[in-house]
Amino acid sequence: MTRMGFFTDTSVCIGCKACEVACKEWNQIPASDHGFTGDSYDNTFDLGANTWRHVAFVEQRTSAERVPAEWGLQTYQEGDGMRWLMASDVCKHCTEAACLEVCPTGALFRTEFDTVVVQEDICNGCGYCVPACPFGVLDQRKDDGRVWKCTLCYDRLKDGKEPACAQACPTDSIQFGELEVLHVRAGERLEKLHAAGHESARLYGEDQDDGVGGFGAFFLLLDEPEVYNLPPDPKTTTRDLPETWRAALAASAALGLGLAAAVFGGRR
Amino acid sequence: MSARPATQTAPSKPVIKEPVWTWEIPFYFYAGGLAGAAAGLSRLAEASGNDVLARRASGVALAGAVASPALLVSDLGKPSRFLHMLRLFKVTSPMSVGSWVLAAFGSATGLGWLDHATGGRVPAGRAARTAAGVLGLPLASYTAVLVANTAVPAWHESRRILPFVFVSGAAASAGAALTAVTPAPYAGPARRLAVAGAIVEVALSARMESGLGELSDAYATGDAHRLGTAAKALLVGGAAVGLGAARSRGAAAAAGALITAGAVLARWSVFRAGFTSAADPRHTVAPQRARLSS
Repeated sequence: MTRMGFFTDTSVCIGCKACEVACKEWNQIPASDHGFTGDSYDNTFDLGANTWRHVAFVEQRTSAERVPAEWGLQTYQEGDGMRWLMASDVCKHCTEAACLEVCPTGALFRTEFDTVVVQEDICNGCGYCVPACPFGVLDQRKDDGRVWKCTLCYDRLKDGKEPACAQACPTDSIQFGELEVLHVRAGERLEKLHAAGHESARLYGEDQDDGVGGFGAFFLLLDEPEVYNLPPDPKTTTRDLPETWRAALAASAALGLGLAAAVFGGRR
Repeated sequence: MSARPATQTAPSKPVIKEPVWTWEIPFYFYAGGLAGAAAGLSRLAEASGNDVLARRASGVALAGAVASPALLVSDLGKPSRFLHMLRLFKVTSPMSVGSWVLAAFGSATGLGWLDHATGGRVPAGRAARTAAGVLGLPLASYTAVLVANTAVPAWHESRRILPFVFVSGAAASAGAALTAVTPAPYAGPARRLAVAGAIVEVALSARMESGLGELSDAYATGDAHRLGTAAKALLVGGAAVGLGAARSRGAAAAAGALITAGAVLARWSVFRAGFTSAADPRHTVAPQRARLSS
């Protein structure tokens, strides 16, 4: 099958949260219970077991005289020297997915669409994928014990439909399709933004040579990834696993020698 | 075209999730290490003709092998699905590898102990004890691989030394328990193991913490710092008392208790440091930025 994915173009995100709502409704996700965070318009806070699409609101204060008119993207509120960025974050569906590699039960698997999904009838709530994910996407549902995350609407894909968030997005900030096609479209969009003077616009996760082998759900950002609370150079933890296993092997051998020395090396 | 506005560069919220593992896990790190090293000690003591120590060590290994799965199952979000751990064998998942090692170790330790207890009526009892002794070695180290194989910076960046910290802690744990429960004339190997394990663990922990560079504040602040400081004091104190354990029952019991407490707190210190590190977005981002600019 062709690899399917998301291209989230944050330059046209208006922060409406239709994606969050559509995702919750279609996937029947319980409420996110962060209460009132006081963090801009963001009360879902982060991705987690009950938030599979999360619209981040980034308020950046910048002095008013340093805000020239030509930055005029719709998402910028320039009058009082405030720049307001919105971005709908989601599971990256990594090419080399740490969550999937560390999962001991096989609950996490790669679908025929090259997406990464948790099988809810297999997950035993061991929690290993939670700190393994370099983006903090997965989390455990406390009352349920299992981990949950974006399935890229696996059920809808099997019926030839697009994911609920992409269908609900009114500005096409969330685009669903064949990953290769999305890469081309994103490249064109980036060129347009650069030509319009948005020099700090960049693609995030389109590079198949990055530390996770590229994302199945990649982004166009208007600033450094850190600004959106995203890691600048994520790396699949299992890339370092061979050397870690070697260290453990050496440590085990050292323990064996230490035990032998204790038993045979002294007076009884 | 104009200069872009000054932007915040440090994320304001954690980038990765803190582990969801609960109190059972650091105690399991202790129990697994204790059992693994005790099984190896038991088999070697048997080979050296020290049957008293061999039998006590076999009992300690069995106790650890019984406590370990109980702790692990209790930590699961869906304890009723604990058998799903053995659906696959996956080398990219240290938890999967460890589950198989623990299952095999537990079976071998149980058979080996039963053979001892029934006066040699279990077929291949000695072979089972050999298997337990060998399997105990990876059982003591794989837990370090498990935590290092995450996105948690303080754990991941100490991946080359952490297995050595854990096996020295395992040696100290087994040595301490057996120093306390073995009659002094037979406890020589246990005393040596306890004292050497405790000293090596203190030295390696200090080296691991300083080797973390800008991430070392995970161990220099908060819970991990308090636990780590107490662990080192207990281990050093226990080792000092342990030097006199051959001559005094009281000293043997005290050394065993001090080093056991130190080994438990040392596991807790590493465990808590991971939470501190995961919660700090600078820990996640700074090494990545350094990688990009190098």
